[in-house]
Amino acid sequence: MRIQQSAQPPYRLAVDDPIIAIRNLDLYYGEAQALKDITVAIPRRQVTAFIGPSGCGKSTLLRCLNRLNDLVDSVRITGSIKLEAMEINSGDVDVIELRRRVGMVFQAYNPFPKSIYENVVYGLRIAGVRKRSILDEEARRSLQSAALWEEVKDRLGESAMALSGGQMQRLCIARAIAVNPEVILMDEPCSALDPIATAHIEDLIDALKKTYTVVIVTHNMQQAARVSDYTAFLYLGEMIEFNKTDLIFTQPERRQTQDYITGRFG
Amino acid sequence: MKKRWRQGEHYVWFSGAAVCLTLLMVAVLLGVVMVNGLGYFWPSDLALATLDDGSRLLGAITNAERVPDRERDNLQFKVGNRDLYGEDFRWIDGAAIADLAYPSNAVLLERVEFGNFHGFLKSLALASDDLAAPGDDWSRLMAALPLVAQRQATVDEMQGHLAELNGEIESLRRQAARLRFDDERAHAEAIHTLQDRMEQLAQRFEGENAAIARTVTELRRSRATFRDAEGREKEIVLADIVRAVRPNAMSVWAKTGFYASKVLELLTDEPRESNTEGGLFPAIFGTVMMVMIMSIFALPMGVVTAVYLREYAREGLLVRLVRIAVYNLAGVPSIVFGVVGLGFFVYGVGSALDVLLFPERLPTPTFGTGGILWASLTLSLLTVPVVIVATEEGLSAIPRGLREASLALGATRFQTLLRVVMPMAVPGIITGFILAVARAAGEVAPLMITGVVKLAPALPIDGNFPYVHLERKFMHLGFHIYDVGFQSPNVEAAKPMVYITTLLLVVIVMVLSLTAVVLRNQMRKRFQSATF
Repeated sequence: MRIQQSAQPPYRLAVDDPIIAIRNLDLYYGEAQALKDITVAIPRRQVTAFIGPSGCGKSTLLRCLNRLNDLVDSVRITGSIKLEAMEINSGDVDVIELRRRVGMVFQAYNPFPKSIYENVVYGLRIAGVRKRSILDEEARRSLQSAALWEEVKDRLGESAMALSGGQMQRLCIARAIAVNPEVILMDEPCSALDPIATAHIEDLIDALKKTYTVVIVTHNMQQAARVSDYTAFLYLGEMIEFNKTDLIFTQPERRQTQDYITGRFG
Repeated sequence: MKKRWRQGEHYVWFSGAAVCLTLLMVAVLLGVVMVNGLGYFWPSDLALATLDDGSRLLGAITNAERVPDRERDNLQFKVGNRDLYGEDFRWIDGAAIADLAYPSNAVLLERVEFGNFHGFLKSLALASDDLAAPGDDWSRLMAALPLVAQRQATVDEMQGHLAELNGEIESLRRQAARLRFDDERAHAEAIHTLQDRMEQLAQRFEGENAAIARTVTELRRSRATFRDAEGREKEIVLADIVRAVRPNAMSVWAKTGFYASKVLELLTDEPRESNTEGGLFPAIFGTVMMVMIMSIFALPMGVVTAVYLREYAREGLLVRLVRIAVYNLAGVPSIVFGVVGLGFFVYGVGSALDVLLFPERLPTPTFGTGGILWASLTLSLLTVPVVIVATEEGLSAIPRGLREASLALGATRFQTLLRVVMPMAVPGIITGFILAVARAAGEVAPLMITGVVKLAPALPIDGNFPYVHLERKFMHLGFHIYDVGFQSPNVEAAKPMVYITTLLLVVIVMVLSLTAVVLRNQMRKRFQSATF
């Protein structure tokens, strides 16, 4: 992978062979513009963090990647998002297929009120997988990948509601992994968790990037610094700066970025 | 004090008082109904009163009225013997009573006709020897009555068979009529065969009818003669006696047995004496069946509508208007629904069905007149808004995160609805169902014009093909209350029946609701920590 600094501002990093390439993306909620001319490339099998103050559009941008914004009636999107060769914003794209390739973990852990096992295999079941042996195998693999297997292997039939918050969030990660996505989107996955559970999830993210591309939205700059390889800073719907994480946090190129990471606003 | 006032303590007290008041009203209502209803079946002692002018009367004391400065209260007696006196109840001036006794040989008869008889057994004339038993007249009567009842049951069974024969003849007649309606000449031979068969059946009918008549005449020759308090004699056919007891001589256990048999009769038998006596089984059956048919229509219709409004329809002016319309539908007076049901279902759909399916029976309507199907459909119109509102509430309470989680895993909206949303909305739906059932079971006005009758000749489900007769008229507990309480010629005698019927209706609604509540709580437990 070759990475180079592009010449003109805003400061964008050119990424060779990105898995997702966003180009000139504008997004409107009715009349209000929430994302302005976003151009960014998500590197393959790396952790990319979106940071920025509340309301800057980082969650909205994340939800563009699996078209979850479709659920909001008034949203209008222009510009291009490419997952490999597939144009995500095109009208004839198979949204179901897209969402299988791009999994998501939410801010509030949201397991279904079913058993642990049924939660993990949910995505497979709706995709039509019936064979018990495949389901069992995938459940084990996903739970192992989510570092939850040892804790729940003897009580897969119990309700997921009996787990602790951190375990529930890891279950949600296992649920997303089970359908074998290429990209996993995480929308502030640790904001409802205590420091120990947060550390668990962060270790997990580090392990996941061997197999998956991870895009994480976070409020917490220390977390972005700890877990991500690349960081994008958004402010008021604009992409201010995108760079390798260590560079962003040590020598930001733009004034707003510096102000934000040093805590002058936000 | 001032501090408490500032802290808003008085509001707590106000709301507490309101709760108490509500509970009190419910308790008083239920209490009155239960005391009046449940006490009715307990056999009360028969008092023999001798008045100052020498006349005597025998009856159960049903009411007392305090008179100032008098030693003895004015008493109301249920004297029975409607065929002799023309009235069931008499108020007696307390001062005029010279003596009040409770003779142990006083007999209370429950009869098929004319209500109770109070008096004393004088003599017994049994028609056949096989009814005879040793002992005095009373024990002979006690021995004979069950045998007579058994024979009466055989006669009823034979009559049932007769009705079956009649039904068969009727269906043949209809087949012939249909062929004639179609083309008389072309089917001449078939019609002829049918007529031959009908004649055969008619002969069998005559034969069996005559046999029944002989048995009945034989049975009715067994009679007993009774004396009333004044000494007037009355001959009563044994077959007309439903129960005979001597309440003053009964032990508590015997009275309990009597009570149990009365309750059993109430739940399983048909009404007698223009509904003021006997059982309520047809009305219970009609009520429950109507509620069930209502649910079959209202529940899916309401749930599907709510799902569309909440999950699929784009929130806009039209959806808002539809929602307002649905909410307002719940406030339309029920009689209006009745009129709509009569006009649309009975006269519209029903008449059209008659023309299509049963042209040979016209002008006698089959579906074009009130029936249990039309009444249930009318009620489902009435209750569907309740189901819609409750289901919508249930759907909107499900956290958005769960829908998003499902969609983000590649589920379609329908899969999400089916696998995640609906299971969680079930408690809400059941709540709506409870409200709908409670409303439907208690509703009377719309039924009166769409299919309820005072006395239905047959249940909507029986052993005759096609077993379920949705076009039949039916009986209903709510209407029974109105009919027995306010339309019966002998209101005073019918009063306990009204209480009993009310109690039963309340109990049925309570049982239906409780079942649903238990079911809902179990579902809730499963989803308890699903919300955060």
